[in-house]
Amino acid sequence: MSGISRRKFLAASVAVGAATTLGGTKKALAAGSFSGYPNSMGVLVDLTRCIGCRSCEAACNKEQKLPDPNLPFDDMSVFDQTFHHGTQKRRTDESAYTVVNRYTPEGSEPIYRKVQCNHCAEPACLSSCFVNAYTKTKEGAVIYDGSVCVGCRNCMIACPFNVPAYSYSSAFGAVVKKCIFCHETRLKDGLPPACVEICPQEALTFGKRKDLLKIGHQRIQTHPGRYIDRVYGEKELGGTHWMYLSPIPVEEVGFDPRPGNEPIISHVKEFLGVVPMVLAIWPALFTGFHLLAKNQEGHGDHEHDTEHQHDEEGGQQ
Amino acid sequence: MSAKQILTTLMMVLALIVVGSTTMAADMPEQVSLDTMVELFEAVEFDHDMHSELGEDCSVCHHHTTGTGTTDDRCISCHANSDELETVACINCHVSDPFSSEHLSRESQEIYQFHIDRPGLKAAYHWNCIGCHEEMDGPTGCEDCHARTPEGDEFYHKDATGSADEGGHH
Repeated sequence: MSGISRRKFLAASVAVGAATTLGGTKKALAAGSFSGYPNSMGVLVDLTRCIGCRSCEAACNKEQKLPDPNLPFDDMSVFDQTFHHGTQKRRTDESAYTVVNRYTPEGSEPIYRKVQCNHCAEPACLSSCFVNAYTKTKEGAVIYDGSVCVGCRNCMIACPFNVPAYSYSSAFGAVVKKCIFCHETRLKDGLPPACVEICPQEALTFGKRKDLLKIGHQRIQTHPGRYIDRVYGEKELGGTHWMYLSPIPVEEVGFDPRPGNEPIISHVKEFLGVVPMVLAIWPALFTGFHLLAKNQEGHGDHEHDTEHQHDEEGGQQ
Repeated sequence: MSAKQILTTLMMVLALIVVGSTTMAADMPEQVSLDTMVELFEAVEFDHDMHSELGEDCSVCHHHTTGTGTTDDRCISCHANSDELETVACINCHVSDPFSSEHLSRESQEIYQFHIDRPGLKAAYHWNCIGCHEEMDGPTGCEDCHARTPEGDEFYHKDATGSADEGGHH
């Protein structure tokens, strides 16, 4: 009796397993081959043009209705602030979705770099979010639904740019906060984000991502010696929608050189592909074990007869 | 027949007057009011007379559009001997809305490939002004040229007085 049961159980397990493996593989391949929405927008940040006026920070504060700043936005003493024993410059937080930092390489004029969400084509924050709070919009923005955020902060760990911040000041209903490319108020209506509009130097160029790539490479070509030969964000981490032109290696203006060109999801999608399979197979597997064990225990009782009958019916089909 | 001739002559004279008046240096403005950002800043009254006396050559600011020849390496290959254009004001080429969807779609159909990535009006002013002012010790601070309106003070949170390291997690 138990022999028939085992055969049936194994067949069922294999069928379920095969179905989920195929399903899982398909999904994983789809995630890896996404090359971005064709007409999505982006911003090219030209570090040689930024003069550190912080108007972008002020514009962001107003547009996103963020809390009042501690210091006026024309106070340049913020560039001297450091944190964690001088190892970290200012970063984005719940009251500032963008900050400008100053870097002073030896023998060079200060270089200012604006920090905000880079709106990855394949966002790590989105991959890491188990409540699907994040969305990559067709316009190019990475937005999130704060109402479903459970405050796990996986996205803060996943982001290679340290961008998502947490509303620590709120005891209840604390959620993740970050730049959304002014998606709700501007981008979805075809308008540039507030920071781009206010920039007096056009250090921020708004346009279709594919056009910005052309412009970036053209600037490098037209002004020999002005830039390093790299449009940061073209390929890095699978491509970002905010990209940078820099006069010096990007490590010297605070970019982490470690993440390569692979999107973060590539490092985890094989593992994540197994998750649905495990979820589907394990209940069947352990139910099978359970039934086997139970059948061996209960030889000759009433349950056993009923199951035998079922098996025969199954065999006739 | 003769009436037609008179009409043609009149038209030609009229055309000459129009063309002549647009190309005359006397048309040069004494002062230009730069008022595209009047919400946050007072308009800047740019003293065109004073600046044109300082500059040796109109092309320093106006590229090839004034018919005086250009010195810019990037323009000279096409515009070394360009004639004066009908309009030479900055805003005729450097638009005030460089990132509007209308302008972006116009730009994507730009047939003059060398003119792509042309800065908008605000950037064109700032690059030209600040670049020259740095060389010639002119004013370079934001408020040296731009007096802020009350809305501007509010925008920059002029009265914020909290301590530097309060609030926010780093």
